[in-house]
Amino acid sequence: MMHELGLAQNTLDLALQTASREGAERITVLRLQVGDLSGVVPEALQFALETIVTDTPAHDARIEIERIPAVCFCADCKAEFPADGYVYHCPHCAAQGCELLRGTEMTLISMEVDGNV
Amino acid sequence: MCEDCGCQIIDPEHGHSPGHRHGHSHGPGTEPDHSHEHDHGHDHDHRAIEVKQSLLSRNERLAEQNRGMFRAHKLIALNLMSSPGSGKTTLLEKTISQLDSDRKAAVIVGDLATENDAQRLQATGARAIQITTGTACHLDAHMVQHAMEKLDLAELDLLFIENVGNLVCPASFDLGEQKRIVILSVTEGEDKPLKYPVIFHNADLVLLTKIDIADAVEFECERAREAIGQVAPHAQILELSAKTGAGMKEWLAWLQDVR
Repeated sequence: MMHELGLAQNTLDLALQTASREGAERITVLRLQVGDLSGVVPEALQFALETIVTDTPAHDARIEIERIPAVCFCADCKAEFPADGYVYHCPHCAAQGCELLRGTEMTLISMEVDGNV
Repeated sequence: MCEDCGCQIIDPEHGHSPGHRHGHSHGPGTEPDHSHEHDHGHDHDHRAIEVKQSLLSRNERLAEQNRGMFRAHKLIALNLMSSPGSGKTTLLEKTISQLDSDRKAAVIVGDLATENDAQRLQATGARAIQITTGTACHLDAHMVQHAMEKLDLAELDLLFIENVGNLVCPASFDLGEQKRIVILSVTEGEDKPLKYPVIFHNADLVLLTKIDIADAVEFECERAREAIGQVAPHAQILELSAKTGAGMKEWLAWLQDVR
Protein backbone atom coordinates (compact mmCIF):
# COMPACT_ATOMS: atom_id res chain seq x y z
CA MET A 1 0.00 0.00 0.00
CA MET A 2 2.25 2.75 -1.28
CA HIS A 3 0.06 5.32 -2.91
CA GLU A 4 -3.38 4.45 -1.63
CA LEU A 5 -2.87 6.66 1.42
CA GLY A 6 -2.03 9.65 -0.76
CA LEU A 7 -4.99 8.89 -3.01
CA ALA A 8 -7.23 8.52 0.03
CA GLN A 9 -6.10 11.94 1.22
CA ASN A 10 -6.82 13.43 -2.21
CA THR A 11 -10.27 11.81 -2.12
CA LEU A 12 -11.02 13.18 1.31
CA ASP A 13 -9.79 16.67 0.36
CA LEU A 14 -12.02 16.62 -2.73
CA ALA A 15 -14.99 15.38 -0.72
CA LEU A 16 -14.55 17.91 2.09
CA GLN A 17 -14.19 20.81 -0.36
CA THR A 18 -17.35 19.71 -2.16
CA ALA A 19 -19.27 19.27 1.08
CA SER A 20 -18.13 22.67 2.27
CA ARG A 21 -19.23 24.30 -0.96
CA GLU A 22 -22.61 22.61 -0.64
CA GLY A 23 -22.96 23.87 2.91
CA ALA A 24 -23.32 20.31 4.14
CA GLU A 25 -22.62 19.15 7.66
CA ARG A 26 -21.95 15.49 7.13
CA ILE A 27 -20.79 13.20 4.35
CA THR A 28 -22.76 9.96 4.44
CA VAL A 29 -21.65 8.15 1.28
CA LEU A 30 -18.57 8.26 -0.94
CA ARG A 31 -18.77 6.45 -4.28
CA LEU A 32 -15.55 5.73 -6.15
CA GLN A 33 -14.59 3.86 -9.30
CA VAL A 34 -11.28 2.03 -9.47
CA GLY A 35 -10.21 0.42 -12.71
CA ASP A 36 -8.59 -3.00 -12.64
CA LEU A 37 -5.54 -1.58 -14.42
CA SER A 38 -5.33 1.64 -12.42
CA GLY A 39 -2.63 0.22 -10.14
CA VAL A 40 -4.86 0.95 -7.15
CA VAL A 41 -5.83 -1.88 -4.81
CA PRO A 42 -9.49 -1.18 -3.90
CA GLU A 43 -9.23 -2.83 -0.47
CA ALA A 44 -6.15 -0.77 0.37
CA LEU A 45 -7.89 2.42 -0.70
CA GLN A 46 -10.96 1.46 1.34
CA PHE A 47 -8.81 0.80 4.39
CA ALA A 48 -6.88 4.05 3.97
CA LEU A 49 -10.08 6.06 3.63
CA GLU A 50 -11.67 4.45 6.67
CA THR A 51 -8.55 5.34 8.63
CA ILE A 52 -8.29 9.01 7.72
CA VAL A 53 -11.96 10.06 7.90
CA THR A 54 -11.81 9.99 11.70
CA ASP A 55 -12.69 13.38 13.22
CA THR A 56 -13.83 14.77 9.87
CA PRO A 57 -17.34 15.43 8.50
CA ALA A 58 -16.91 12.11 6.65
CA HIS A 59 -16.25 10.01 9.74
CA ASP A 60 -19.50 8.02 9.31
CA ALA A 61 -19.41 7.81 5.53
CA ARG A 62 -20.16 4.56 3.78
CA ILE A 63 -17.41 4.00 1.22
CA GLU A 64 -18.49 2.25 -1.97
CA ILE A 65 -15.80 1.31 -4.46
CA GLU A 66 -16.90 -0.04 -7.82
CA ARG A 67 -14.29 -2.01 -9.75
CA ILE A 68 -14.15 -1.31 -13.45
CA PRO A 69 -12.93 -4.25 -15.55
CA ALA A 70 -10.37 -3.41 -18.21
CA VAL A 71 -11.77 -3.47 -21.73
CA CYS A 72 -9.95 -2.98 -25.02
CA PHE A 73 -11.20 -1.69 -28.33
CA CYS A 74 -9.94 -2.86 -31.72
CA ALA A 75 -10.08 -0.04 -34.25
CA ASP A 76 -9.82 -2.53 -37.12
CA CYS A 77 -12.80 -4.80 -36.47
CA LYS A 78 -14.56 -2.63 -33.87
CA ALA A 79 -14.63 -5.46 -31.34
CA GLU A 80 -14.46 -4.87 -27.61
CA PHE A 81 -12.67 -7.50 -25.58
CA PRO A 82 -11.42 -7.92 -22.02
CA ALA A 83 -7.91 -6.56 -21.65
CA ASP A 84 -5.46 -9.22 -20.57
CA GLY A 85 -2.59 -7.50 -18.78
CA TYR A 86 -1.03 -4.84 -20.96
CA VAL A 87 -0.46 -6.55 -24.27
CA TYR A 88 -3.43 -5.83 -26.48
CA HIS A 89 -3.91 -8.08 -29.47
CA CYS A 90 -7.44 -8.45 -30.81
CA PRO A 91 -8.68 -12.02 -30.24
CA HIS A 92 -11.06 -11.67 -33.19
CA CYS A 93 -8.88 -10.31 -35.97
CA ALA A 94 -5.39 -10.51 -34.43
CA ALA A 95 -4.72 -6.79 -34.90
CA GLN A 96 -1.99 -5.52 -32.63
CA GLY A 97 -1.70 -2.35 -30.61
CA CYS A 98 -5.34 -2.04 -29.59
CA GLU A 99 -6.22 0.70 -27.13
CA LEU A 100 -7.68 0.46 -23.67
CA LEU A 101 -11.25 1.69 -23.48
CA ARG A 102 -11.84 1.33 -19.75
CA GLY A 103 -9.96 0.10 -16.73
CA THR A 104 -7.61 2.81 -15.50
CA GLU A 105 -10.15 4.89 -13.63
CA MET A 106 -9.53 6.29 -10.19
CA THR A 107 -12.44 8.63 -9.70
CA LEU A 108 -14.64 10.06 -7.02
CA ILE A 109 -17.93 9.64 -8.83
CA SER A 110 -20.41 11.03 -6.36
CA MET A 111 -21.17 11.57 -2.70
CA GLU A 112 -24.14 11.98 -0.40
CA VAL A 113 -24.35 14.59 2.30
CA ASP A 114 -26.79 15.83 4.84
CA GLY A 115 -27.19 18.63 7.30
CA ASN A 116 -26.61 22.32 6.81
CA VAL A 117 -23.86 24.50 8.24
CA MET B 1 12.03 22.32 3.50
CA CYS B 2 8.50 22.75 2.27
CA GLU B 3 6.20 23.04 5.24
CA ASP B 4 3.31 21.59 3.26
CA CYS B 5 4.84 18.32 2.11
CA GLY B 6 8.45 18.02 3.18
CA CYS B 7 10.13 18.19 -0.24
CA GLN B 8 13.42 20.05 -0.48
CA ILE B 9 14.56 22.09 -3.45
CA ILE B 10 18.32 22.53 -3.62
CA ASP B 11 20.03 24.94 -5.94
CA PRO B 12 23.72 23.96 -5.98
CA GLU B 13 24.63 27.57 -6.71
CA HIS B 14 22.83 28.98 -3.72
CA GLY B 15 22.56 26.20 -1.19
CA HIS B 16 19.42 24.90 0.48
CA SER B 17 16.21 26.76 0.03
CA PRO B 18 14.83 28.28 3.23
CA GLY B 19 11.56 27.08 4.65
CA HIS B 20 8.89 27.78 2.14
CA ARG B 21 5.26 27.14 1.49
CA HIS B 22 3.61 26.45 -1.77
CA GLY B 23 3.39 29.57 -3.89
CA HIS B 24 0.36 28.20 -5.58
CA SER B 25 -2.99 27.58 -4.07
CA HIS B 26 -4.01 24.08 -3.13
CA GLY B 27 -7.60 24.96 -3.41
CA PRO B 28 -9.78 23.61 -6.18
CA GLY B 29 -9.15 25.07 -9.57
CA THR B 30 -12.10 23.63 -11.36
CA GLU B 31 -15.66 23.53 -10.24
CA PRO B 32 -16.94 19.96 -10.19
CA ASP B 33 -20.22 19.35 -11.92
CA HIS B 34 -22.85 18.79 -9.32
CA SER B 35 -26.52 18.09 -9.36
CA HIS B 36 -28.86 18.25 -6.45
CA GLU B 37 -31.49 15.73 -5.61
CA HIS B 38 -33.42 17.02 -2.68
CA ASP B 39 -35.13 14.35 -0.64
CA HIS B 40 -38.09 16.38 0.54
CA GLY B 41 -39.22 13.81 3.06
CA HIS B 42 -35.90 13.72 4.90
CA ASP B 43 -35.39 15.85 8.00
CA HIS B 44 -31.67 16.18 7.54
CA ASP B 45 -31.76 17.51 3.97
CA HIS B 46 -30.02 14.45 2.59
CA ARG B 47 -28.78 15.03 -0.93
CA ALA B 48 -26.56 13.49 -3.58
CA ILE B 49 -23.79 15.34 -5.36
CA GLU B 50 -22.15 14.31 -8.58
CA VAL B 51 -18.38 14.85 -8.48
CA LYS B 52 -16.75 12.80 -11.28
CA GLN B 53 -13.21 13.93 -10.55
CA SER B 54 -10.02 11.95 -10.72
CA LEU B 55 -8.32 11.21 -7.39
CA LEU B 56 -5.25 12.65 -9.05
CA SER B 57 -7.03 15.81 -10.14
CA ARG B 58 -4.81 18.04 -8.01
CA ASN B 59 -1.66 16.71 -9.68
CA GLU B 60 -3.33 16.89 -13.07
CA ARG B 61 -4.27 20.53 -12.50
CA LEU B 62 -0.75 21.47 -11.41
CA ALA B 63 0.71 19.53 -14.33
CA GLU B 64 -1.45 21.55 -16.72
CA GLN B 65 -0.21 24.74 -15.06
CA ASN B 66 3.37 23.57 -15.66
CA ARG B 67 2.52 22.64 -19.24
CA GLY B 68 1.12 26.13 -19.78
CA MET B 69 4.27 27.73 -18.37
CA PHE B 70 6.50 25.63 -20.63
CA ARG B 71 4.40 26.48 -23.66
CA ALA B 72 4.37 30.18 -22.82
CA HIS B 73 8.16 30.21 -22.62
CA LYS B 74 8.50 28.07 -25.74
CA LEU B 75 10.55 25.49 -23.94
CA ILE B 76 10.47 21.71 -24.36
CA ALA B 77 10.23 19.79 -21.09
CA LEU B 78 11.22 16.14 -21.11
CA ASN B 79 10.46 13.62 -18.35
CA LEU B 80 13.22 11.01 -18.15
CA MET B 81 12.28 7.84 -16.32
CA SER B 82 14.09 4.58 -15.69
CA SER B 83 15.18 2.21 -13.00
CA PRO B 84 18.06 3.37 -10.76
CA GLY B 85 21.49 3.03 -12.37
CA SER B 86 20.39 2.97 -16.02
CA GLY B 87 22.63 5.90 -16.82
CA LYS B 88 20.22 8.88 -16.82
CA THR B 89 22.63 11.32 -15.23
CA THR B 90 25.62 10.27 -17.33
CA LEU B 91 23.52 10.55 -20.47
CA LEU B 92 22.43 14.04 -19.47
CA GLU B 93 26.00 15.09 -18.69
CA LYS B 94 27.12 14.02 -22.17
CA THR B 95 24.02 15.35 -23.88
CA ILE B 96 24.22 18.83 -22.40
CA SER B 97 27.89 19.16 -23.25
CA GLN B 98 27.13 18.18 -26.88
CA LEU B 99 24.13 20.40 -27.49
CA ASP B 100 24.44 23.20 -30.01
CA SER B 101 25.79 26.27 -28.25
CA ASP B 102 22.72 28.27 -29.15
CA ARG B 103 20.42 25.88 -27.25
CA LYS B 104 20.17 26.46 -23.53
CA ALA B 105 19.25 23.54 -21.31
CA ALA B 106 18.56 23.13 -17.62
CA VAL B 107 17.86 20.09 -15.47
CA ILE B 108 15.55 19.34 -12.60
CA VAL B 109 16.65 16.11 -10.94
CA GLY B 110 14.84 14.09 -8.29
CA ASP B 111 16.29 11.67 -5.74
CA LEU B 112 15.27 10.62 -2.25
CA ALA B 113 18.54 11.95 -0.88
CA THR B 114 21.86 13.61 -1.79
CA GLU B 115 22.63 16.46 -4.17
CA ASN B 116 25.08 14.35 -6.14
CA ASP B 117 23.25 14.42 -9.45
CA ALA B 118 22.61 18.16 -9.48
CA GLN B 119 26.25 18.80 -8.66
CA ARG B 120 27.42 16.55 -11.49
CA LEU B 121 25.08 18.25 -13.92
CA GLN B 122 25.95 21.73 -12.68
CA ALA B 123 29.54 20.96 -13.68
CA THR B 124 28.46 20.87 -17.33
CA GLY B 125 27.62 24.55 -17.06
CA ALA B 126 23.88 24.05 -17.10
CA ARG B 127 21.55 25.09 -14.30
CA ALA B 128 20.64 21.98 -12.31
CA ILE B 129 18.10 22.02 -9.53
CA GLN B 130 17.93 19.07 -7.13
CA ILE B 131 14.69 17.92 -5.56
CA THR B 132 15.27 15.63 -2.59
CA THR B 133 11.93 14.01 -2.01
CA GLY B 134 12.68 12.50 1.37
CA THR B 135 10.49 9.46 0.96
CA ALA B 136 8.51 10.03 -2.23
CA CYS B 137 9.39 7.50 -4.91
CA HIS B 138 8.43 9.72 -7.83
CA LEU B 139 8.34 13.38 -8.78
CA ASP B 140 4.99 15.07 -9.01
CA ALA B 141 3.82 18.30 -10.58
CA HIS B 142 3.95 20.41 -7.44
CA MET B 143 7.58 19.48 -6.72
CA VAL B 144 8.48 20.37 -10.29
CA GLN B 145 6.59 23.64 -9.94
CA HIS B 146 8.69 24.50 -6.87
CA ALA B 147 11.91 23.73 -8.75
CA MET B 148 10.79 25.80 -11.76
CA GLU B 149 10.69 28.85 -9.49
CA LYS B 150 14.50 28.66 -9.28
CA LEU B 151 14.96 28.75 -13.04
CA ASP B 152 14.76 31.55 -15.56
CA LEU B 153 12.42 29.76 -17.96
CA ALA B 154 12.56 32.59 -20.48
CA GLU B 155 16.19 31.86 -21.30
CA LEU B 156 15.74 28.07 -21.71
CA ASP B 157 15.05 25.98 -24.80
CA LEU B 158 15.16 22.55 -23.16
CA LEU B 159 14.29 21.37 -19.66
CA PHE B 160 15.33 17.85 -18.73
CA ILE B 161 13.46 16.44 -15.74
CA GLU B 162 15.36 13.45 -14.40
CA ASN B 163 12.78 11.52 -12.40
CA VAL B 164 13.47 9.37 -9.35
CA GLY B 165 14.88 5.99 -10.44
CA ASN B 166 11.77 3.81 -10.43
CA LEU B 167 9.99 1.92 -13.22
CA VAL B 168 6.62 1.89 -11.45
CA CYS B 169 5.33 5.06 -9.81
CA PRO B 170 6.57 7.89 -12.04
CA ALA B 171 4.29 6.55 -14.78
CA SER B 172 1.22 7.77 -12.88
CA PHE B 173 2.31 11.37 -12.32
CA ASP B 174 2.05 13.91 -15.07
CA LEU B 175 4.64 16.65 -14.56
CA GLY B 176 3.52 18.85 -17.45
CA GLU B 177 6.15 17.46 -19.78
CA GLN B 178 6.03 17.58 -23.55
CA LYS B 179 7.51 14.11 -24.03
CA ARG B 180 8.09 11.07 -21.85
CA ILE B 181 11.37 9.24 -22.30
CA VAL B 182 12.02 5.84 -20.71
CA ILE B 183 15.60 4.64 -20.48
CA LEU B 184 16.42 0.91 -20.41
CA SER B 185 20.05 -0.16 -20.10
CA VAL B 186 21.42 -3.42 -21.49
CA THR B 187 22.21 -4.76 -18.03
CA GLU B 188 18.53 -4.85 -17.13
CA GLY B 189 17.28 -7.55 -19.46
CA GLU B 190 15.21 -7.61 -22.65
CA ASP B 191 11.89 -8.43 -20.97
CA LYS B 192 11.70 -5.42 -18.65
CA PRO B 193 9.17 -3.65 -20.92
CA LEU B 194 6.82 -6.63 -20.46
CA LYS B 195 7.36 -6.58 -16.70
CA TYR B 196 6.79 -2.83 -16.37
CA PRO B 197 4.23 -2.26 -19.09
CA VAL B 198 2.59 0.92 -17.79
CA ILE B 199 5.68 3.11 -17.88
CA PHE B 200 6.76 1.77 -21.27
CA HIS B 201 3.26 2.03 -22.72
CA ASN B 202 3.20 5.75 -21.94
CA ALA B 203 6.65 6.45 -23.37
CA ASP B 204 7.10 8.60 -26.48
CA LEU B 205 10.72 7.49 -26.79
CA VAL B 206 12.62 4.53 -25.35
CA LEU B 207 16.41 4.84 -25.13
CA LEU B 208 18.39 1.59 -24.95
CA THR B 209 21.59 2.65 -23.18
CA LYS B 210 25.06 1.23 -22.45
CA ILE B 211 25.01 -0.63 -25.78
CA ASP B 212 28.80 -0.70 -25.68
CA ILE B 213 28.56 -3.56 -23.17
CA ALA B 214 25.58 -5.35 -24.73
CA ASP B 215 27.73 -8.29 -25.86
CA ALA B 216 29.39 -8.63 -22.47
CA VAL B 217 25.99 -9.10 -20.80
CA GLU B 218 24.50 -11.04 -23.74
CA PHE B 219 21.75 -8.50 -24.27
CA GLU B 220 19.89 -8.87 -27.56
CA CYS B 221 18.65 -5.51 -28.76
CA GLU B 222 16.22 -7.11 -31.19
CA ARG B 223 14.42 -8.97 -28.40
CA ALA B 224 14.18 -5.76 -26.39
CA ARG B 225 12.72 -3.98 -29.42
CA GLU B 226 10.12 -6.73 -29.80
CA ALA B 227 9.15 -6.43 -26.14
CA ILE B 228 8.84 -2.67 -26.43
CA GLY B 229 6.80 -3.12 -29.59
CA GLN B 230 4.31 -5.29 -27.72
CA VAL B 231 3.51 -2.87 -24.89
CA ALA B 232 4.36 0.39 -26.65
CA PRO B 233 3.81 0.03 -30.41
CA HIS B 234 3.82 3.81 -30.83
CA ALA B 235 7.12 4.48 -29.07
CA GLN B 236 10.26 5.48 -30.96
CA ILE B 237 13.36 3.51 -29.99
CA LEU B 238 16.99 4.66 -30.10
CA GLU B 239 20.09 2.71 -29.06
CA LEU B 240 23.11 4.53 -27.69
CA SER B 241 26.15 4.57 -25.48
CA ALA B 242 26.83 7.77 -23.59
CA LYS B 243 30.33 6.42 -22.87
CA THR B 244 31.49 5.66 -26.41
CA GLY B 245 29.24 8.11 -28.22
CA ALA B 246 27.53 5.44 -30.34
CA GLY B 247 24.03 6.56 -31.31
CA MET B 248 24.43 9.99 -29.68
CA LYS B 249 24.10 11.71 -33.04
CA GLU B 250 20.60 10.30 -33.57
CA TRP B 251 19.59 11.20 -29.99
CA LEU B 252 20.84 14.78 -30.43
CA ALA B 253 18.97 14.98 -33.74
CA TRP B 254 15.80 13.84 -31.96
CA LEU B 255 16.33 16.59 -29.40
CA GLN B 256 16.81 19.10 -32.17
CA ASP B 257 13.54 18.11 -33.87
CA VAL B 258 11.32 17.52 -30.85
CA ARG B 259 8.26 19.77 -30.68
